[in-house]
Amino acid sequence: MKPKVLTGAHFINGDEACAEGAIAAGCTFFGGYPITPATEVAEHIALRLPQVGGTFIQMEDEIAAMTSILGAAWTGAKTMTATSGPGFSLMMETVGLAVVTETPCVVVNVQRAGPSTGLPTQGAQADMMQARWGSHGDYEIIAVAPASPQEMFDLTITAFNLAETFRTPVFIMSDEIVGHMSEKVIIPEASKIKTLARPKPAGSPKRFKPYRPGPDGVAPMPAIGDGYNVHVTGLTHDERGYPVMSVDTQKQMIGRLLGKIRNNLDRILITEAHRLEDAEVAIVSYGVSARTSYTAVEQARQMGIKAGLLRLITVWPFAEDQIRRLAGRVKGFVTVEINMGQISREVERCAGTTPAVAVGHAGGAIIPPEDVICAIEEVLR
Amino acid sequence: MTRAAKTPAHPLEDLVRMDRIPHIWCPGCGTGSVFTACLAAIKQTGLPTTRFAMVSGIGCSGRGAGYINIDSFHTTHGRAIPFASGIKMARPDLNVIVFSGDGDLFAIGGNHFIHAARRNMDITVICVNNLTYGMTGGQVAATTPHRAKSSTTAAGNPETPFNLPLLAHAAGATFIARWTMLHARDLADTIHEALGHRGFAFIEVLSPCPVNYGRRNREKSLETLQNYQNHTIVKNQAGLDELDVDFAKGVVLGKFVHKDRPTCDEMYRKMYWPKTEPEAVKKAV
Repeated sequence: MKPKVLTGAHFINGDEACAEGAIAAGCTFFGGYPITPATEVAEHIALRLPQVGGTFIQMEDEIAAMTSILGAAWTGAKTMTATSGPGFSLMMETVGLAVVTETPCVVVNVQRAGPSTGLPTQGAQADMMQARWGSHGDYEIIAVAPASPQEMFDLTITAFNLAETFRTPVFIMSDEIVGHMSEKVIIPEASKIKTLARPKPAGSPKRFKPYRPGPDGVAPMPAIGDGYNVHVTGLTHDERGYPVMSVDTQKQMIGRLLGKIRNNLDRILITEAHRLEDAEVAIVSYGVSARTSYTAVEQARQMGIKAGLLRLITVWPFAEDQIRRLAGRVKGFVTVEINMGQISREVERCAGTTPAVAVGHAGGAIIPPEDVICAIEEVLR
Repeated sequence: MTRAAKTPAHPLEDLVRMDRIPHIWCPGCGTGSVFTACLAAIKQTGLPTTRFAMVSGIGCSGRGAGYINIDSFHTTHGRAIPFASGIKMARPDLNVIVFSGDGDLFAIGGNHFIHAARRNMDITVICVNNLTYGMTGGQVAATTPHRAKSSTTAAGNPETPFNLPLLAHAAGATFIARWTMLHARDLADTIHEALGHRGFAFIEVLSPCPVNYGRRNREKSLETLQNYQNHTIVKNQAGLDELDVDFAKGVVLGKFVHKDRPTCDEMYRKMYWPKTEPEAVKKAV
């Protein structure tokens, strides 16, 4: 057996760092299907999982990959899959099953330009709204956006911790550029890595109700074979897990599913404020586009414009309160993302009367800082 | 004073979520009989219920997972097999049963079926074949006989149905059998045998849907059962190309394939965890 945590400094790409983060977080099952530019996550974890007593299986399609990680998760394992746009689309129905059965799991989307086959080898950030709304029905989801190979490692651990804490699928919304970029990645000592496990039930199985929540809205989760004889269904269900086809049960179930995310924002939302203290323009960005935005902040300041950056590390749930607070004191927002307007709509929604412009393109390349500067000038006009 | 132990009303009662009865299955439906045979087979193993998990897809028989009193999973349409595969690969010591219907397993879920058979995934797949989509009101299925009527083929089915045992064989299943729900004892014994088999076991069970199939095809409930009794031939090891479902010619039942081949989880451990003991992976029965 090799160690789970390969402590030290590594020169690896984002996809590999993500796989190492998963192993360090305690992932023991990966169901995969090859797709550019996420394949290296599967290749690397296929190599590493057997070294730590875990299991890799390459399934027949992304639907099966996504479904297999739910089955494995109910044995008590921490599980993950990785894909890109076309596979992400195929997984969406099963994401809904994960949400409603409250099955913790991590889904990596190394985004490429779409729609359809699009630009398989070139990056984009155009699945952000699909991450939020891609499955049918009302639900809340958690998604994080790494901006570097180091964050592919760090945020994969965060994603597992959030999935386990809130019993929900968590998306890692990466992109081709971060996924294929090689940089220095520091893997800390195992003892320095905080890993969390899902709440487990205690007490007699006789009185146990699998969907009776604890104080934070999350119910303890038994594993198969623990003796709790749980029934798990995608149908609307009550606290016993039994299907009940009624308006009241639906209302109660959806209310709790939304509430366990919405009422725990302080434990879920991670953002980074960069030079926002005195900013007159707030750039809002995430993932690889945030890297462009740091440069734009410096260039704008050299030009005498006080720019700052709000980097969304947790993209979903959306940092509404932060944007609303900023709206009270900046003259404008500039949202930077590789798409034709997705998160920018959320920013506009929260900006109120404060002007907000979007910088983006249809995908295939990063956004040059010059484009951000033009938008900053536009929003101040 | 000691309290008298409660006598179960039925020998299989402890395997049923009695608080969910009555079930949703229509009068004349055969799914309940297949379900009972499955429970009897589980009971027959003598193993604790914590060694089993049941996974269903969507449809009438897909509700089976909701009535069995073990860890049970009612998943999305067609995806019972990959869900079960995830369970099996993560916990090879569990007996994983897939209980679902022909539409679920062979139309929307057909790809998963052939791949699980190819891998020799060590699960037991019980297919309640009622020749139609019962839950949605009787549409044509991948198993509906040629020329049979359905709500989407008013003039009869222009297509040819699958021969399910032949399909399972071609894909690599290592245990293949077929019964009707009328052959309750044979069915329970075969499911019991399949639970003890290491590898992908497939059992097709013909089962009536008088409400949505029989009604449209001028076949009364009792006539379907008479077909099961009078127009079936038990022929173990029958040639797999003789297994079309055609009651005019006679439908062949029995166990057709039972062979050894390393299972998916076993090969993974041997090849990828060479230093790990073949531990814990004690098979049921």
